[in-house]
Amino acid sequence: MAVTVKVVARPAGIRGHTYLVAVAEGMWVTFRHLMKNFPGNVLGLRKKTDIATLSYPEEKQAYPARNRGLHRLMKRENGDVRCVACMMCPTVCPAHCITIVPEEAPDNAVEKRPRIFEIDELRCVVCGLCVEACPCDAIRMDTKVHAPPTLRRADAILDMEALLARGEPSIATQGGTGPFWREKV
Amino acid sequence: MADSIFAFFARHLPYDSAGFAAFAALLKSAVFILGFVMLLAGILTWMERRQSAMMQDRLGPCRANLGRFKAWGLLHFVADAVKMIFKEDFIPPKASKLLFALAPMLALAPVLIATAVIPFGAPLCYGRMTEAVPLGVCALPVEMQAARLDAGLLFYFAIASLAVYGTVLAGWASHNKWALMGGMRAASQMMSYEVTMGMAVMAMFLVYGTLEPGAMVNAQGNRPWQWGIWGVPQAIAFVLFLTAAIAENKRTPFDIPEGESEIVGYFVEYSGMRFGMFYLGEFIEIITSSAIAVTVFFGGWRFPFAGTLAASWPNWLFVLLSVGVWSLKVFLFCAFQLLIRWTLPRLRPDQLLKLGWQRLLPLSIANVVLAAGWVLFSR
Ligand code: SF4
Ligand code: SF4
Repeated sequence: MAVTVKVVARPAGIRGHTYLVAVAEGMWVTFRHLMKNFPGNVLGLRKKTDIATLSYPEEKQAYPARNRGLHRLMKRENGDVRCVACMMCPTVCPAHCITIVPEEAPDNAVEKRPRIFEIDELRCVVCGLCVEACPCDAIRMDTKVHAPPTLRRADAILDMEALLARGEPSIATQGGTGPFWREKV
Repeated sequence: MADSIFAFFARHLPYDSAGFAAFAALLKSAVFILGFVMLLAGILTWMERRQSAMMQDRLGPCRANLGRFKAWGLLHFVADAVKMIFKEDFIPPKASKLLFALAPMLALAPVLIATAVIPFGAPLCYGRMTEAVPLGVCALPVEMQAARLDAGLLFYFAIASLAVYGTVLAGWASHNKWALMGGMRAASQMMSYEVTMGMAVMAMFLVYGTLEPGAMVNAQGNRPWQWGIWGVPQAIAFVLFLTAAIAENKRTPFDIPEGESEIVGYFVEYSGMRFGMFYLGEFIEIITSSAIAVTVFFGGWRFPFAGTLAASWPNWLFVLLSVGVWSLKVFLFCAFQLLIRWTLPRLRPDQLLKLGWQRLLPLSIANVVLAAGWVLFSR
């Protein structure tokens, strides 16, 4: 393939040939930015600046409402785990990082609950599919907490206790509200 | 207190003794180079990053705090120096050891030596330091200038142009093809712009009728409109000098020899403090070129009401003030050079050589002729 060269015509006249005007214009632009940012940031006068950088540990960016943080398990009104061990989330999880061992729940209306519920946060790809899959608002990722660094890999596996520690009663009604889906026409 | 110190010196070091000349020259160069040039060069390494950040809506380095002493991150240059000193000093196995070690010194030493001719303040009146001495009546003036040579600025050009050996040697000694090519680029650029720089200042030699920077400052007035830049050939000479000086210092828009972001330069194999010497040399070149520009075009240490102040303040205080004013001018000019560096995009090598040889050089020669005519008809 032949190399095609686009020749850009030089701006004509003394203005285009000396570049001096363009140079002065460019320097005026950068100088304006300097004058706007310098007093506020270097001299410490509180003034409106254009600086986009955040000084991270002191200033933090507010996360958007839909940010996906560490998982948490929600609770029923009586404090029991809301999860019914339906195995939706381990099935959908692309990283296979959710381990659930179910057991019989003492409450007959609930029937099933997890005995072991573990999420390996190192394997998790933070896709949020588990939250989508859950039929009863038992698992959420709305904590806005990053997975903390750990010294051992095993420490990154959150067990049910850790997951419930951030949990709170969900206001969603178990089983949903309104007519049974077969009756809805 | 000050009186007795001055009296002690006046008694034991008479003005015309050889000991006095040597002592004064040593003191002046030590104070000037260590106290001003090196310090300002260090500050400029920080300022370049901080100022460019402010120009680009970033924050820049602002975290080298010493406990509660923050100073806007000013200590970054100290941290940088410590880092460079403790870094591994790597010499490529096949590099020429002697030349490799020599190159950074050859790049740094000339620019430091060249500062000797720059006058950095009003002359101190020896023996009458605590009295008020009006400008120009002093019998035993001590010039605030490490070396007062009749060759003046020619000495500056002669010595400063030696720095090109440092860059070429660095490229050659590294045993690295890209470093060698970088060195060649640097050599071609520095050679071509040196001519323009000399020619630009030659016009000013004609206008002032002297080569000596101290005499040039004396020829300018205290008020800003009496400074050297006012006049057609003078203004052209200033623009030419500034352009050539930036090219000579290898700074954007003429930073083709290094061009950190795109191309490998002549000091690619250097690390630690050897690299630091190249880096520092670049900033000292900014200071010296700013100092020359301030001396020749912006009145040196002169400032409005200097005459009145000289006649009313003690001489040493006035000299201190004039040194302060001179430093401020040089500092502002350095800031201006940084502004240029972070505004303009880089040229291509062919554009650079074309600008140098086909535009600036003919223009600077024409300007010398113009300056000669200007001098002839304005007298
Ligand atoms: S966020 Fe995705 S990867 Fe992580 S546990 Fe849920 S489904 Fe698995
Ligand atoms: S999808 Fe919800 S209810 Fe089902 S196992 Fe997962 S967390 Fe428990």
